Amino acid sequence: MKAGWRLAVVIAVLVGLPLLLQAADQGFYIGFATRMLIYALAAASLNFILGHGGMLSFGHAAFVGAGAYTVGILAAEGVTNAWVAWPSAMLVAALAALAIGAMSLRTRGVYFIMITLAFAQMMYYIFVSFKAYGGDDGLNMAGRSVIGMGLDLKDELTWYYLCLGLLILVAGFLNRIVDARFGRILEAIRVNETRMEAVGHATFGRRLAAFVLAGAVAGLAGALLANHAGFVSPKLMHWTQSGMLMVMVIVGGAGHRYGGPIGAVVLLGLEEVMAEFTQYSQLGVGLVLLAIVLFAPGGLALMFGNRRQA
Amino acid sequence: MSTPVLDVRGLSRHFGGLQANADINLAVREGEVHALIGPNGAGKTTFIAQLSGLLRPDEGHVLFMGADITHMSAHRRVHAGLVRSFQITSIFPPFSVLDNLALALRQDASPGLSDLLRPWRAHAALFEQARQIAAQVGLAGREALAAGALAHGEQRQLEVGLALATRPHLLLLDEPMAGLGPEESERMIGLLMGLKGRLCMLLVEHDMDAVFRLADRISVLVAGRILASDVPEVIRINPDVRRAYLGDEIG
Repeated sequence: MKAGWRLAVVIAVLVGLPLLLQAADQGFYIGFATRMLIYALAAASLNFILGHGGMLSFGHAAFVGAGAYTVGILAAEGVTNAWVAWPSAMLVAALAALAIGAMSLRTRGVYFIMITLAFAQMMYYIFVSFKAYGGDDGLNMAGRSVIGMGLDLKDELTWYYLCLGLLILVAGFLNRIVDARFGRILEAIRVNETRMEAVGHATFGRRLAAFVLAGAVAGLAGALLANHAGFVSPKLMHWTQSGMLMVMVIVGGAGHRYGGPIGAVVLLGLEEVMAEFTQYSQLGVGLVLLAIVLFAPGGLALMFGNRRQA
Repeated sequence: MSTPVLDVRGLSRHFGGLQANADINLAVREGEVHALIGPNGAGKTTFIAQLSGLLRPDEGHVLFMGADITHMSAHRRVHAGLVRSFQITSIFPPFSVLDNLALALRQDASPGLSDLLRPWRAHAALFEQARQIAAQVGLAGREALAAGALAHGEQRQLEVGLALATRPHLLLLDEPMAGLGPEESERMIGLLMGLKGRLCMLLVEHDMDAVFRLADRISVLVAGRILASDVPEVIRINPDVRRAYLGDEIG
Protein backbone atom coordinates (compact mmCIF):
# COMPACT_ATOMS: atom_id res chain seq x y z
CA MET A 1 0.00 0.00 0.00
CA LYS A 2 1.83 3.08 -1.26
CA ALA A 3 -0.72 5.48 0.22
CA GLY A 4 -0.38 3.77 3.58
CA TRP A 5 3.39 4.28 3.57
CA ARG A 6 3.02 7.91 2.69
CA LEU A 7 0.64 8.42 5.61
CA ALA A 8 3.03 6.63 7.96
CA VAL A 9 5.85 8.96 6.90
CA VAL A 10 3.70 12.04 7.41
CA ILE A 11 2.69 10.86 10.89
CA ALA A 12 6.32 10.10 11.75
CA VAL A 13 7.31 13.62 10.69
CA LEU A 14 4.50 15.10 12.77
CA VAL A 15 5.61 13.09 15.80
CA GLY A 16 9.24 14.15 15.38
CA LEU A 17 8.54 17.77 14.50
CA PRO A 18 8.35 19.32 18.00
CA LEU A 19 11.54 17.54 19.06
CA LEU A 20 13.29 18.93 16.00
CA LEU A 21 11.97 22.40 16.73
CA GLN A 22 13.22 22.18 20.29
CA ALA A 23 16.61 20.96 19.16
CA ALA A 24 16.79 23.90 16.74
CA ASP A 25 15.81 26.25 19.55
CA GLN A 26 12.62 27.15 17.73
CA GLY A 27 10.24 25.93 20.45
CA PHE A 28 7.99 28.90 19.78
CA TYR A 29 6.75 27.18 16.64
CA ILE A 30 5.35 24.21 18.56
CA GLY A 31 2.36 26.36 19.52
CA PHE A 32 1.93 27.38 15.92
CA ALA A 33 2.09 23.77 14.76
CA THR A 34 -0.56 22.85 17.34
CA ARG A 35 -2.83 25.55 15.94
CA MET A 36 -2.39 23.96 12.50
CA LEU A 37 -3.41 20.58 13.89
CA ILE A 38 -6.58 22.01 15.43
CA TYR A 39 -7.56 23.80 12.24
CA ALA A 40 -6.78 20.61 10.34
CA LEU A 41 -9.43 18.88 12.44
CA ALA A 42 -11.97 21.65 11.80
CA ALA A 43 -11.23 21.59 8.07
CA ALA A 44 -11.51 17.78 7.99
CA SER A 45 -14.99 18.04 9.47
CA LEU A 46 -16.02 20.60 6.87
CA ASN A 47 -14.53 18.49 4.08
CA PHE A 48 -16.72 15.60 5.24
CA ILE A 49 -19.91 17.49 4.38
CA LEU A 50 -18.57 19.88 1.73
CA GLY A 51 -16.30 17.59 -0.24
CA HIS A 52 -17.98 14.25 0.24
CA GLY A 53 -21.54 15.38 0.87
CA GLY A 54 -21.64 18.35 -1.51
CA MET A 55 -23.07 20.62 1.19
CA LEU A 56 -21.48 24.04 0.71
CA SER A 57 -21.84 25.16 4.31
CA PHE A 58 -20.70 28.74 4.74
CA GLY A 59 -21.38 28.70 8.47
CA HIS A 60 -19.11 25.99 9.78
CA ALA A 61 -17.35 28.40 12.17
CA ALA A 62 -20.59 28.56 14.14
CA PHE A 63 -19.99 25.00 15.35
CA VAL A 64 -16.34 25.67 16.12
CA GLY A 65 -17.49 28.67 18.12
CA ALA A 66 -20.24 26.71 19.87
CA GLY A 67 -17.65 24.19 21.04
CA ALA A 68 -15.21 26.90 22.10
CA TYR A 69 -17.82 28.82 24.09
CA THR A 70 -19.06 25.65 25.78
CA VAL A 71 -15.54 25.06 27.12
CA GLY A 72 -15.06 28.75 27.94
CA ILE A 73 -18.36 29.15 29.78
CA LEU A 74 -17.93 25.87 31.66
CA ALA A 75 -14.44 27.00 32.72
CA ALA A 76 -15.84 30.34 33.89
CA GLU A 77 -18.33 28.36 35.99
CA GLY A 78 -15.56 26.25 37.45
CA VAL A 79 -15.84 23.13 35.29
CA THR A 80 -12.35 22.50 33.93
CA ASN A 81 -12.45 18.72 33.59
CA ALA A 82 -11.76 17.91 29.94
CA TRP A 83 -13.75 14.66 30.16
CA VAL A 84 -16.82 16.75 30.94
CA ALA A 85 -16.12 19.93 28.99
CA TRP A 86 -15.00 18.48 25.66
CA PRO A 87 -17.83 16.00 25.16
CA SER A 88 -20.19 18.81 26.22
CA ALA A 89 -18.65 21.01 23.53
CA MET A 90 -19.26 18.30 20.94
CA LEU A 91 -22.81 17.80 22.14
CA VAL A 92 -23.67 21.50 22.07
CA ALA A 93 -22.15 21.87 18.61
CA ALA A 94 -24.01 18.78 17.41
CA LEU A 95 -27.32 20.16 18.71
CA ALA A 96 -26.63 23.49 17.01
CA ALA A 97 -25.89 21.58 13.79
CA LEU A 98 -29.10 19.58 14.21
CA ALA A 99 -31.21 22.73 14.51
CA ILE A 100 -29.43 24.64 11.75
CA GLY A 101 -29.18 21.61 9.48
CA ALA A 102 -32.84 20.64 9.87
CA MET A 103 -33.78 24.02 8.42
CA SER A 104 -30.91 24.69 6.00
CA LEU A 105 -30.78 21.27 4.35
CA ARG A 106 -34.22 21.83 2.85
CA THR A 107 -32.59 24.35 0.54
CA ARG A 108 -30.04 23.85 -2.21
CA GLY A 109 -27.22 25.64 -3.96
CA VAL A 110 -26.83 29.35 -3.33
CA TYR A 111 -29.74 29.32 -0.86
CA PHE A 112 -27.99 26.74 1.28
CA ILE A 113 -24.80 28.81 1.27
CA MET A 114 -26.72 31.93 2.28
CA ILE A 115 -28.85 30.33 4.98
CA THR A 116 -25.91 28.62 6.69
CA LEU A 117 -24.05 31.94 6.55
CA ALA A 118 -27.07 33.71 8.04
CA PHE A 119 -27.40 31.26 10.94
CA ALA A 120 -23.70 31.53 11.76
CA GLN A 121 -23.84 35.32 11.72
CA MET A 122 -26.87 35.15 14.01
CA MET A 123 -24.85 33.14 16.50
CA TYR A 124 -21.98 35.60 16.13
CA TYR A 125 -24.22 38.54 17.05
CA ILE A 126 -25.83 36.63 19.90
CA PHE A 127 -22.41 36.13 21.50
CA VAL A 128 -21.36 39.71 20.74
CA SER A 129 -24.28 40.89 22.86
CA PHE A 130 -23.83 38.18 25.50
CA LYS A 131 -22.35 40.53 28.14
CA ALA A 132 -22.40 37.98 30.96
CA TYR A 133 -19.63 36.07 29.16
CA GLY A 134 -17.55 38.92 27.81
CA GLY A 135 -19.67 40.01 24.87
CA ASP A 136 -17.61 41.69 22.19
CA ASP A 137 -14.42 41.45 24.23
CA GLY A 138 -14.51 37.71 24.54
CA LEU A 139 -13.88 35.51 27.50
CA ASN A 140 -10.54 34.73 29.12
CA MET A 141 -9.87 31.28 30.50
CA ALA A 142 -7.79 30.88 33.64
CA GLY A 143 -6.03 27.82 32.28
CA ARG A 144 -6.34 24.74 30.11
CA SER A 145 -8.74 21.89 30.77
CA VAL A 146 -7.64 19.23 33.21
CA ILE A 147 -7.42 15.78 31.71
CA GLY A 148 -5.83 13.75 34.52
CA MET A 149 -3.75 10.63 33.73
CA GLY A 150 -0.66 12.55 34.82
CA LEU A 151 -0.82 14.79 31.77
CA ASP A 152 -0.35 18.52 32.12
CA LEU A 153 -1.94 20.24 29.12
CA LYS A 154 -0.13 23.48 29.94
CA ASP A 155 3.05 21.77 28.78
CA GLU A 156 3.32 22.71 25.10
CA LEU A 157 4.79 19.38 24.08
CA THR A 158 2.04 17.38 25.82
CA TRP A 159 -0.57 19.68 24.35
CA TYR A 160 0.85 19.25 20.85
CA TYR A 161 0.84 15.46 21.10
CA LEU A 162 -2.69 15.41 22.48
CA CYS A 163 -3.96 17.51 19.58
CA LEU A 164 -2.04 15.34 17.11
CA GLY A 165 -3.52 12.18 18.65
CA LEU A 166 -7.04 13.57 18.47
CA LEU A 167 -6.56 14.69 14.87
CA ILE A 168 -5.34 11.24 13.79
CA LEU A 169 -8.11 9.51 15.71
CA VAL A 170 -11.03 11.70 14.68
CA ALA A 171 -10.01 12.50 11.11
CA GLY A 172 -9.23 8.79 10.70
CA PHE A 173 -12.71 7.99 11.99
CA LEU A 174 -14.24 10.38 9.44
CA ASN A 175 -12.24 8.74 6.63
CA ARG A 176 -13.37 5.35 7.83
CA ILE A 177 -16.98 6.51 7.48
CA VAL A 178 -16.24 7.89 4.02
CA ASP A 179 -14.96 4.43 3.05
CA ALA A 180 -18.03 2.68 4.46
CA ARG A 181 -21.50 2.35 3.00
CA PHE A 182 -22.55 5.57 4.71
CA GLY A 183 -19.86 7.50 2.85
CA ARG A 184 -20.76 5.88 -0.44
CA ILE A 185 -24.39 6.85 0.06
CA LEU A 186 -23.40 10.39 1.00
CA GLU A 187 -21.32 10.75 -2.16
CA ALA A 188 -24.05 9.22 -4.28
CA ILE A 189 -26.50 11.78 -2.89
CA ARG A 190 -24.04 14.50 -3.90
CA VAL A 191 -23.86 13.07 -7.41
CA ASN A 192 -27.59 12.44 -7.94
CA GLU A 193 -29.96 12.96 -5.04
CA THR A 194 -33.18 12.40 -6.99
CA ARG A 195 -31.97 8.98 -8.06
CA MET A 196 -31.04 8.04 -4.51
CA GLU A 197 -34.54 9.01 -3.41
CA ALA A 198 -35.95 6.96 -6.28
CA VAL A 199 -34.10 3.80 -5.21
CA GLY A 200 -35.39 4.14 -1.67
CA HIS A 201 -32.86 6.15 0.32
CA ALA A 202 -34.06 8.68 2.88
CA THR A 203 -31.63 11.29 1.60
CA PHE A 204 -32.60 14.13 3.94
CA GLY A 205 -31.90 12.01 7.01
CA ARG A 206 -28.52 10.92 5.66
CA ARG A 207 -27.45 14.47 4.88
CA LEU A 208 -28.63 15.70 8.26
CA ALA A 209 -26.75 12.90 10.06
CA ALA A 210 -23.56 13.85 8.22
CA PHE A 211 -24.12 17.54 8.98
CA VAL A 212 -24.57 16.84 12.70
CA LEU A 213 -21.50 14.61 12.82
CA ALA A 214 -19.41 17.30 11.13
CA GLY A 215 -20.81 19.83 13.60
CA ALA A 216 -19.76 17.68 16.55
CA VAL A 217 -16.21 17.33 15.23
CA ALA A 218 -16.05 21.08 14.58
CA GLY A 219 -17.19 21.51 18.20
CA LEU A 220 -14.25 19.41 19.37
CA ALA A 221 -11.90 21.57 17.29
CA GLY A 222 -13.49 24.58 18.97
CA ALA A 223 -12.90 23.09 22.41
CA LEU A 224 -9.23 22.59 21.52
CA LEU A 225 -8.95 26.06 20.05
CA ALA A 226 -10.36 27.64 23.23
CA ASN A 227 -7.80 25.73 25.29
CA HIS A 228 -5.01 26.57 22.91
CA ALA A 229 -5.58 30.32 23.01
CA GLY A 230 -6.87 30.45 26.58
CA PHE A 231 -9.45 32.79 25.17
CA VAL A 232 -12.80 32.64 23.36
CA SER A 233 -14.36 35.45 21.40
CA PRO A 234 -17.27 35.88 19.00
CA LYS A 235 -14.69 36.32 16.22
CA LEU A 236 -14.40 32.53 16.16
CA MET A 237 -17.89 32.45 14.62
CA HIS A 238 -17.45 35.35 12.24
CA TRP A 239 -18.16 34.60 8.60
CA THR A 240 -14.54 35.25 7.70
CA GLN A 241 -13.67 32.20 9.85
CA SER A 242 -16.22 30.09 7.97
CA GLY A 243 -14.77 31.41 4.74
CA MET A 244 -11.26 30.51 5.85
CA LEU A 245 -12.32 26.92 6.61
CA MET A 246 -13.93 26.75 3.18
CA VAL A 247 -10.75 28.03 1.52
CA MET A 248 -8.74 25.41 3.42
CA VAL A 249 -10.96 22.62 2.10
CA ILE A 250 -11.00 23.87 -1.46
CA VAL A 251 -7.26 24.57 -1.57
CA GLY A 252 -6.47 21.25 0.06
CA GLY A 253 -8.84 19.26 -2.11
CA ALA A 254 -12.58 19.01 -1.50
CA GLY A 255 -13.63 15.37 -1.34
CA HIS A 256 -10.07 14.13 -0.92
CA ARG A 257 -9.23 12.06 2.16
CA TYR A 258 -6.63 14.54 3.41
CA GLY A 259 -7.96 17.64 1.67
CA GLY A 260 -8.99 19.40 4.89
CA PRO A 261 -5.74 18.91 6.85
CA ILE A 262 -3.53 19.69 3.84
CA GLY A 263 -5.45 22.90 3.20
CA ALA A 264 -5.25 23.95 6.85
CA VAL A 265 -1.48 23.44 7.01
CA VAL A 266 -0.89 25.20 3.69
CA LEU A 267 -3.09 28.20 4.40
CA LEU A 268 -1.88 28.83 7.96
CA GLY A 269 1.72 28.17 6.92
CA LEU A 270 1.39 30.57 4.03
CA GLU A 271 0.00 33.29 6.27
CA GLU A 272 2.87 32.81 8.72
CA VAL A 273 5.57 32.87 6.07
CA MET A 274 4.09 35.89 4.29
CA ALA A 275 3.82 37.80 7.56
CA GLU A 276 7.57 37.36 8.01
CA PHE A 277 8.36 39.18 4.80
CA THR A 278 5.74 41.82 4.26
CA GLN A 279 3.06 43.77 6.01
CA TYR A 280 0.88 43.14 2.96
CA SER A 281 0.85 39.43 3.76
CA GLN A 282 -2.82 38.94 2.92
CA LEU A 283 -2.18 40.14 -0.63
CA GLY A 284 0.59 37.58 -0.98
CA VAL A 285 -1.61 34.82 0.47
CA GLY A 286 -4.37 35.79 -1.93
CA LEU A 287 -2.07 35.60 -4.94
CA VAL A 288 -0.73 32.19 -3.96
CA LEU A 289 -4.26 30.88 -3.38
CA LEU A 290 -5.28 32.23 -6.76
CA ALA A 291 -2.38 30.38 -8.36
CA ILE A 292 -3.32 27.15 -6.57
CA VAL A 293 -6.95 27.34 -7.66
CA LEU A 294 -5.89 28.14 -11.24
CA PHE A 295 -3.19 25.49 -11.59
CA ALA A 296 -4.46 22.78 -9.25
CA PRO A 297 -8.24 23.17 -9.49
CA GLY A 298 -8.89 19.84 -7.75
CA GLY A 299 -6.89 20.97 -4.72
CA LEU A 300 -3.31 20.41 -3.62
CA ALA A 301 -4.05 16.88 -2.44
CA LEU A 302 -4.16 15.75 -6.07
CA MET A 303 -0.55 16.82 -6.47
CA PHE A 304 0.41 14.36 -3.76
CA GLY A 305 -0.81 11.61 -6.02
CA ASN A 306 -3.77 10.31 -4.06
CA ARG A 307 -6.47 10.48 -6.65
CA ARG A 308 -9.90 11.40 -5.47
CA GLN A 309 -12.19 8.41 -5.29
CA ALA A 310 -15.35 8.96 -7.28
CA MET B 1 -61.94 -9.27 -9.30
CA SER B 2 -58.95 -8.90 -6.99
CA THR B 3 -57.62 -5.52 -5.86
CA PRO B 4 -55.56 -3.84 -8.57
CA VAL B 5 -51.85 -3.39 -7.84
CA LEU B 6 -52.15 0.28 -8.68
CA ASP B 7 -55.41 2.14 -8.50
CA VAL B 8 -55.34 5.80 -9.47
CA ARG B 9 -58.46 7.82 -8.69
CA GLY B 10 -59.13 11.30 -9.98
CA LEU B 11 -55.48 12.40 -10.04
CA SER B 12 -54.99 16.03 -11.08
CA ARG B 13 -52.03 18.34 -11.26
CA HIS B 14 -51.61 21.76 -12.78
CA PHE B 15 -48.64 24.06 -13.15
CA GLY B 16 -49.99 27.60 -12.99
CA GLY B 17 -52.60 27.74 -15.71
CA LEU B 18 -51.46 24.53 -17.39
CA GLN B 19 -53.50 21.45 -16.52
CA ALA B 20 -50.91 18.67 -16.84
CA ASN B 21 -53.08 15.85 -15.46
CA ALA B 22 -56.87 16.15 -15.24
CA ASP B 23 -58.90 13.62 -13.31
CA ILE B 24 -56.88 10.56 -14.26
CA ASN B 25 -58.36 7.16 -13.41
CA LEU B 26 -56.26 4.13 -14.13
CA ALA B 27 -55.84 0.62 -12.76
CA VAL B 28 -52.90 -1.75 -13.19
CA ARG B 29 -53.86 -5.35 -12.50
CA GLU B 30 -51.75 -7.94 -10.76
CA GLY B 31 -49.12 -9.42 -13.06
CA GLU B 32 -49.82 -7.30 -16.11
CA VAL B 33 -47.74 -5.03 -18.30
CA HIS B 34 -49.77 -1.91 -18.72
CA ALA B 35 -48.64 0.56 -21.32
CA LEU B 36 -49.38 4.27 -21.14
CA ILE B 37 -49.16 6.01 -24.48
CA GLY B 38 -49.91 9.51 -25.64
CA PRO B 39 -48.44 12.35 -27.66
CA ASN B 40 -45.69 14.62 -26.31
CA GLY B 41 -47.01 16.94 -23.65
CA ALA B 42 -49.91 14.63 -22.79
CA GLY B 43 -48.79 14.58 -19.14
CA LYS B 44 -47.12 11.16 -18.98
CA THR B 45 -43.98 12.26 -17.16
CA THR B 46 -46.04 14.38 -14.73
CA PHE B 47 -48.14 11.30 -14.07
CA ILE B 48 -45.09 9.11 -13.37
CA ALA B 49 -43.64 11.81 -11.10
CA GLN B 50 -46.85 11.81 -9.07
CA LEU B 51 -46.94 8.03 -8.83
CA SER B 52 -43.33 7.90 -7.64
CA GLY B 53 -43.86 10.66 -5.07
CA LEU B 54 -41.43 13.17 -6.54
CA LEU B 55 -44.41 15.44 -7.27
CA ARG B 56 -47.52 15.98 -5.15
CA PRO B 57 -50.94 15.83 -6.82
CA ASP B 58 -53.37 18.71 -6.41
CA GLU B 59 -56.30 16.33 -6.20
CA GLY B 60 -57.04 12.64 -6.25
CA HIS B 61 -55.64 9.48 -4.67
CA VAL B 62 -53.11 6.80 -5.46
CA LEU B 63 -53.75 3.35 -4.02
CA PHE B 64 -50.95 0.82 -4.15
CA MET B 65 -51.88 -2.77 -3.26
CA GLY B 66 -54.96 -1.44 -1.52
CA ALA B 67 -53.21 1.18 0.62
CA ASP B 68 -53.50 4.92 0.07
CA ILE B 69 -50.00 6.19 -0.69
CA THR B 70 -50.96 9.64 -1.98
CA HIS B 71 -48.95 11.38 0.72
CA MET B 72 -46.18 8.82 1.17
CA SER B 73 -42.60 10.02 0.60
CA ALA B 74 -40.76 8.84 -2.49
CA HIS B 75 -38.33 6.56 -0.67
CA ARG B 76 -41.08 4.83 1.33
CA ARG B 77 -42.94 4.03 -1.88
CA VAL B 78 -39.80 2.26 -3.05
CA HIS B 79 -39.78 0.19 0.15
CA ALA B 80 -43.46 -0.62 -0.50
CA GLY B 81 -42.50 -1.93 -3.96
CA LEU B 82 -43.39 0.95 -6.26
CA VAL B 83 -40.27 1.94 -8.19
CA ARG B 84 -39.62 4.13 -11.22
CA SER B 85 -37.00 4.48 -13.90
CA PHE B 86 -36.24 7.75 -15.64
CA GLN B 87 -36.75 8.95 -19.19
CA ILE B 88 -33.57 11.00 -19.00
CA THR B 89 -30.93 8.54 -17.79
CA SER B 90 -30.38 9.07 -14.09
CA ILE B 91 -27.39 7.10 -12.83
CA PHE B 92 -24.21 7.77 -10.82
CA PRO B 93 -21.69 8.42 -13.62
CA PRO B 94 -18.47 8.51 -11.54
CA PHE B 95 -19.24 5.21 -9.78
CA SER B 96 -18.66 1.76 -11.23
CA VAL B 97 -21.61 -0.19 -12.62
CA LEU B 98 -21.35 -2.53 -9.65
CA ASP B 99 -21.35 0.35 -7.15
CA ASN B 100 -24.36 1.85 -8.90
CA LEU B 101 -26.33 -1.34 -8.48
CA ALA B 102 -25.10 -2.07 -4.95
CA LEU B 103 -26.24 1.39 -3.86
CA ALA B 104 -29.72 0.65 -5.13
CA LEU B 105 -29.98 -2.77 -3.47
CA ARG B 106 -32.36 -3.05 -0.62
CA GLN B 107 -30.84 -3.76 2.77
CA ASP B 108 -33.01 -6.14 4.75
CA ALA B 109 -30.98 -6.31 7.93
CA SER B 110 -30.93 -3.02 9.80
CA PRO B 111 -27.53 -1.58 8.90
CA GLY B 112 -26.58 0.38 12.04
CA LEU B 113 -22.90 0.54 12.94
CA SER B 114 -21.70 -1.60 10.03
CA ASP B 115 -23.07 1.14 7.78
CA LEU B 116 -20.65 3.59 9.39
CA LEU B 117 -17.56 1.47 9.94
CA ARG B 118 -17.51 -1.57 7.68
CA PRO B 119 -15.59 -0.82 4.48
CA TRP B 120 -17.87 -0.59 1.46
CA ARG B 121 -15.79 -3.18 -0.40
CA ALA B 122 -16.38 -5.69 2.38
CA HIS B 123 -20.11 -5.95 1.69
CA ALA B 124 -19.60 -9.13 -0.32
CA ALA B 125 -23.24 -10.22 -0.31
CA LEU B 126 -24.28 -6.85 -1.67
CA PHE B 127 -21.83 -7.08 -4.56
CA GLU B 128 -22.84 -10.65 -5.32
CA GLN B 129 -26.44 -9.49 -5.74
CA ALA B 130 -25.30 -6.50 -7.76
CA ARG B 131 -23.42 -8.86 -10.09
CA GLN B 132 -26.60 -10.86 -10.65
CA ILE B 133 -28.59 -7.74 -11.52
CA ALA B 134 -25.82 -6.65 -13.88
CA ALA B 135 -26.05 -9.98 -15.68
CA GLN B 136 -29.83 -9.76 -15.74
CA VAL B 137 -29.78 -6.41 -17.56
CA GLY B 138 -27.05 -7.49 -19.96
CA LEU B 139 -24.10 -5.73 -18.34
CA ALA B 140 -22.08 -8.81 -17.41
CA GLY B 141 -18.40 -8.06 -17.93
CA ARG B 142 -18.97 -4.31 -17.66
CA GLU B 143 -19.26 -4.22 -13.85
CA ALA B 144 -15.95 -2.47 -13.16
CA LEU B 145 -16.50 0.33 -15.66
CA ALA B 146 -17.56 3.79 -14.53
CA ALA B 147 -21.23 4.14 -15.36
CA GLY B 148 -20.47 7.38 -17.19
CA ALA B 149 -18.17 5.49 -19.57
CA LEU B 150 -20.89 3.12 -20.77
CA ALA B 151 -22.52 3.50 -24.18
CA HIS B 152 -25.92 5.17 -24.21
CA GLY B 153 -27.76 1.88 -24.69
CA GLU B 154 -25.87 0.31 -21.78
CA GLN B 155 -26.69 3.28 -19.59
CA ARG B 156 -30.37 2.69 -20.38
CA GLN B 157 -29.91 -0.93 -19.30
CA LEU B 158 -28.28 0.24 -16.08
CA GLU B 159 -31.17 2.63 -15.58
CA VAL B 160 -33.55 -0.33 -15.58
CA GLY B 161 -31.09 -2.30 -13.46
CA LEU B 162 -31.12 0.37 -10.73
CA ALA B 163 -34.90 0.08 -10.52
CA LEU B 164 -34.75 -3.72 -10.54
CA ALA B 165 -32.19 -3.78 -7.74
CA THR B 166 -34.81 -2.40 -5.37
CA ARG B 167 -36.95 -5.52 -6.01
CA PRO B 168 -40.07 -3.71 -7.20
CA HIS B 169 -43.55 -5.13 -7.25
CA LEU B 170 -44.64 -2.55 -9.79
CA LEU B 171 -42.04 -1.03 -12.07
CA LEU B 172 -42.80 2.38 -13.59
CA LEU B 173 -40.80 2.58 -16.78
CA ASP B 174 -40.55 6.08 -18.21
CA GLU B 175 -39.63 5.61 -21.87
CA PRO B 176 -36.98 2.91 -21.51
CA MET B 177 -36.36 2.97 -25.28
CA ALA B 178 -35.62 6.71 -25.36
CA GLY B 179 -32.78 7.42 -27.75
CA LEU B 180 -32.02 3.75 -28.50
CA GLY B 181 -31.03 2.49 -31.95
CA PRO B 182 -32.85 -0.50 -33.49
CA GLU B 183 -30.44 -3.10 -32.06
CA GLU B 184 -30.40 -1.54 -28.61
CA SER B 185 -34.20 -1.31 -28.66
CA GLU B 186 -34.41 -4.98 -29.48
CA ARG B 187 -32.13 -5.78 -26.53
CA MET B 188 -34.27 -3.66 -24.22
CA ILE B 189 -37.49 -5.31 -25.41
CA GLY B 190 -35.89 -8.69 -24.79
CA LEU B 191 -34.89 -7.56 -21.30
CA LEU B 192 -38.41 -6.40 -20.50
CA MET B 193 -39.93 -9.55 -22.02
CA GLY B 194 -37.81 -11.55 -19.61
CA LEU B 195 -39.25 -9.60 -16.67
CA LYS B 196 -42.82 -10.15 -17.78
CA GLY B 197 -44.74 -12.32 -15.36
CA ARG B 198 -42.21 -11.73 -12.56
CA LEU B 199 -43.34 -8.21 -11.80
CA CYS B 200 -45.97 -5.70 -12.93
CA MET B 201 -44.98 -2.86 -15.19
CA LEU B 202 -46.47 0.44 -16.13
CA LEU B 203 -44.71 1.23 -19.37
CA VAL B 204 -44.67 4.76 -20.74
CA GLU B 205 -43.34 4.51 -24.27
CA HIS B 206 -43.41 6.11 -27.70
CA ASP B 207 -42.09 3.08 -29.55
CA MET B 208 -45.38 1.51 -30.72
CA ASP B 209 -43.69 -1.68 -31.84
CA ALA B 210 -42.42 -2.20 -28.28
CA VAL B 211 -45.75 -1.22 -26.75
CA PHE B 212 -47.83 -3.64 -28.79
CA ARG B 213 -45.36 -6.47 -28.26
CA LEU B 214 -45.11 -6.03 -24.49
CA ALA B 215 -48.42 -4.69 -23.21
CA ASP B 216 -51.30 -6.72 -21.85
CA ARG B 217 -53.39 -3.60 -21.72
CA ILE B 218 -52.92 -0.06 -23.00
CA SER B 219 -54.18 3.30 -21.73
CA VAL B 220 -54.10 6.36 -23.92
CA LEU B 221 -53.38 9.73 -22.33
CA VAL B 222 -54.26 12.83 -24.35
CA ALA B 223 -54.15 16.40 -23.04
CA GLY B 224 -53.96 15.22 -19.45
CA ARG B 225 -56.92 12.82 -19.64
CA ILE B 226 -57.28 9.09 -20.18
CA LEU B 227 -58.97 8.66 -23.54
CA ALA B 228 -59.22 4.89 -23.53
CA SER B 229 -57.97 1.91 -21.56
CA ASP B 230 -58.20 -1.61 -22.99
CA VAL B 231 -56.41 -4.58 -24.50
CA PRO B 232 -54.11 -3.81 -27.47
CA GLU B 233 -56.48 -5.24 -30.11
CA VAL B 234 -59.26 -2.89 -29.04
CA ILE B 235 -56.97 0.13 -28.69
CA ARG B 236 -55.58 -0.51 -32.15
CA ILE B 237 -58.98 -0.07 -33.78
CA ASN B 238 -60.39 2.61 -31.48
CA PRO B 239 -61.26 5.53 -33.80
CA ASP B 240 -60.74 8.22 -31.12
CA VAL B 241 -57.29 6.90 -30.34
CA ARG B 242 -56.35 6.75 -34.01
CA ARG B 243 -57.47 10.31 -34.55
CA ALA B 244 -55.77 11.65 -31.42
CA TYR B 245 -52.53 9.85 -31.54
CA LEU B 246 -51.77 6.75 -33.51
CA GLY B 247 -52.43 8.24 -36.92
CA ASP B 248 -50.97 6.15 -39.69
CA GLU B 249 -48.26 4.76 -37.52
CA ILE B 250 -49.89 1.34 -37.14
CA GLY B 251 -52.04 1.40 -40.27
